[in-house]
Amino acid sequence: MQKRQHKEMNKFWRVGEPMVWLTGAALSLTLLSAIVLIVVIMTNGLGVFWPSAIKELELKDGSRVYGQQMRIEETADKSGLRRQYKIANRDLYGLDFRWIDESQIVTETAPGEVMVLERIEHGDFYGTLQKIETDRIQQVPATTYALLSELERVNTQKEELTELEEKLNDDSYRMEQMRLTLLKYDYRKLAADDPKRIELLNEQEELNEDFGRLIKLQTNRVAAVRKAKAVFADADGREKEIVLADIFQVYEPNLMTTGEKALFYLHKLVELFVGEPRESNTEGGLFPAIFGTVMLIFVMSLFSFPLGVIAAVYLREYAKEGLLVRIVRIAVNNLAGIPSIVYGIFGLGFFIYGIGHSIDMLFFPERSPTPTFGTGGLLWASLTLALLTVPVVIVSTEEALGAIPREMREGSYALGATKFQTLYRVLLPMASPGIMTGLILAMARAAGEVAPLMITGVVKLAPALPIDGNFPFLHLDRKFMHLGFHIYDIGFQSHNVEAAKPMVFVTTLLLVLIVLLMSSVAIRLRNKMKKRYTFGTF
Amino acid sequence: MKQIQIDNPIIEVEDLRFYYGESRAIHGVDLKFPEKQVTALIGPSGCGKSTLLRCFNRMNDLIDISRVEGKVILDGESIYDKSTDVIELRRKVGMVFQKSNPFPKSIYENVIYGLRIAGEKDKAFLDERVENSLKGAALWDEVKDRLQDSALGLSGGQMQRLCIARAIAVNPSVILMDEPCSALDPKSTARVEELIGELRKDFTIIIVTHNMQQAARVSDFTAFLFEGDLIEFGVTKQLFVKPAKKQTEDYITGRFG
Repeated sequence: MQKRQHKEMNKFWRVGEPMVWLTGAALSLTLLSAIVLIVVIMTNGLGVFWPSAIKELELKDGSRVYGQQMRIEETADKSGLRRQYKIANRDLYGLDFRWIDESQIVTETAPGEVMVLERIEHGDFYGTLQKIETDRIQQVPATTYALLSELERVNTQKEELTELEEKLNDDSYRMEQMRLTLLKYDYRKLAADDPKRIELLNEQEELNEDFGRLIKLQTNRVAAVRKAKAVFADADGREKEIVLADIFQVYEPNLMTTGEKALFYLHKLVELFVGEPRESNTEGGLFPAIFGTVMLIFVMSLFSFPLGVIAAVYLREYAKEGLLVRIVRIAVNNLAGIPSIVYGIFGLGFFIYGIGHSIDMLFFPERSPTPTFGTGGLLWASLTLALLTVPVVIVSTEEALGAIPREMREGSYALGATKFQTLYRVLLPMASPGIMTGLILAMARAAGEVAPLMITGVVKLAPALPIDGNFPFLHLDRKFMHLGFHIYDIGFQSHNVEAAKPMVFVTTLLLVLIVLLMSSVAIRLRNKMKKRYTFGTF
Repeated sequence: MKQIQIDNPIIEVEDLRFYYGESRAIHGVDLKFPEKQVTALIGPSGCGKSTLLRCFNRMNDLIDISRVEGKVILDGESIYDKSTDVIELRRKVGMVFQKSNPFPKSIYENVIYGLRIAGEKDKAFLDERVENSLKGAALWDEVKDRLQDSALGLSGGQMQRLCIARAIAVNPSVILMDEPCSALDPKSTARVEELIGELRKDFTIIIVTHNMQQAARVSDFTAFLFEGDLIEFGVTKQLFVKPAKKQTEDYITGRFG
């Protein structure tokens, strides 16, 4: 009997049932952690822009407050529940958020007339409209309709101002270029009466005049626009005068239908993608950061993809197998394991202080000690990331080339093909799915890196995009913004972490989405190649 | 060993020795291959027949540690001379492999691969070559409507015939076949054998085979190799009916190998 049991136990192990469970469990654990991560980001990130109702609370001490409920939890002494409200009005209260014990609340209503003002400074304002004061109308008590029409007028004026500012920017860019050219003339010891210099000086004078005129115009217009004001009151009746030009958007969440709220939500999403950041990045859009991230990965791929593929081709096809090649291969594999901050430091030392500084000395000596290329920028960050990801491309390309059956090479050689023709016409197309896999991995890794970027050119707020209308259009020497750094910056470096929290989740969600989008495009491409270049079933 | 008289040899092998590193795979083989005839190389596994075959288009050059001594003369020129252009040689000596190896391209592009890499661009000429080669490989009727489809969608037998079409498209004088039917089913094998019978009108064919019946069916001459030595070479009918050597008889009657 015992013997038989023993035998059955043996069979149990031999068949390997526990192994199936073990492997299954490992897979589900991995999947679960990924899903939990995504769900947490989604639940926290997707709700941020939904315009939820604003409550008016009457408290036991007689005070009133407007607030949006954020969270609910047990009080510290476990006697009841407390709620967290976003009360906004940072300039009045100093804080955006407030915990209120449920036992303190006497009444809770949702008055329709309460408005949310999204402002350019000091965060949101929750309050009711009291009066409007512009050069056109004086209204007490004011209507929402009047406010909206006045806002629209202010907005058109602001648009004109933006146009003016663009002109000013162009002028200042040109002035800077002239200043640098003059510096160059000085450096080359060009005579004071040289016609070139005189011409430039004349031009500069003209430009200066034009610039001064524009500045005066701008100052006047800004003053005019800022004359339009409105007065709002908070729940306690405390009044606050707000310049209409500072208001970004107005809405009345308690009067909105679900459809209107959905529309509003979509509008905010669009703003997120195309808008500029406000309030030290905790509000507004992410466009410069999205643009910087995508551009960084793109430029990085331009460097790392050809470099990796060519290096791998040499290593696999041309180099004679031996000790040296083995050492190189081991070194390449180990490169992938070096901490990314080390690459960052290398990039700073080699690219920026080494190459960048040499470029400055050679081409822009007159500007020193102000660096042009000798400081962090998109080019150096891309090169650093390219170095970081090139081992991944090399390894996968090598493996893809190695996996091609010998018959394919022989078939090509037997028809009189040279090594290069075989490589170019047969091997590389056949290896392309594997090479694509390497590129996908490289891009995903590059998109997630932050540490090396922080010392090679990422900034909290870049004054200009790396692409613009000024010659030479692509400015790889410029500093840029990046979603990964954005997360770190607003999440941990912000002066108002609580207010920045929703943005952290939104940014994270966006970064994950971008990586997902780029990977799925690459995976689609790879599958297409796979279909084309590999054997089906025999 | 009694040498049979070959009047018009296209390939002459003189005292050919082949080494993989230090070990010798072929010990001094002398052979003459008659033009526009089918010659079969038979012998047990590891006897060096494939290695010998690959000496004729210098395919063994791809193996770093290999070394060749002796002479192989094709059309009066020694192919192991320093002055020999290997690319040119391989255009004259085509090869069909054991495992069919079409490139991951269209059927059309597969056939003209050899011409493309030689720089041929004339569309009309290429079209004509594709048609003639596919007809020559008895594949035209099956694929003429889908020339631009991927070659990887063909069946195993069709793929092998495509490889034959690819080889004859560059108009070689010799075609080497390294066990061309070993991965095919009997029906496809029969078609390829039939094709070999057709091809011998225009090409010299040297075929390595494991299958004695196949050698007997398709070849005019047969060479029997054993452990790197040429044991016997003769007209196929005679060699199979009345072998001169005991070893040959043992092998073809199935006593070993």
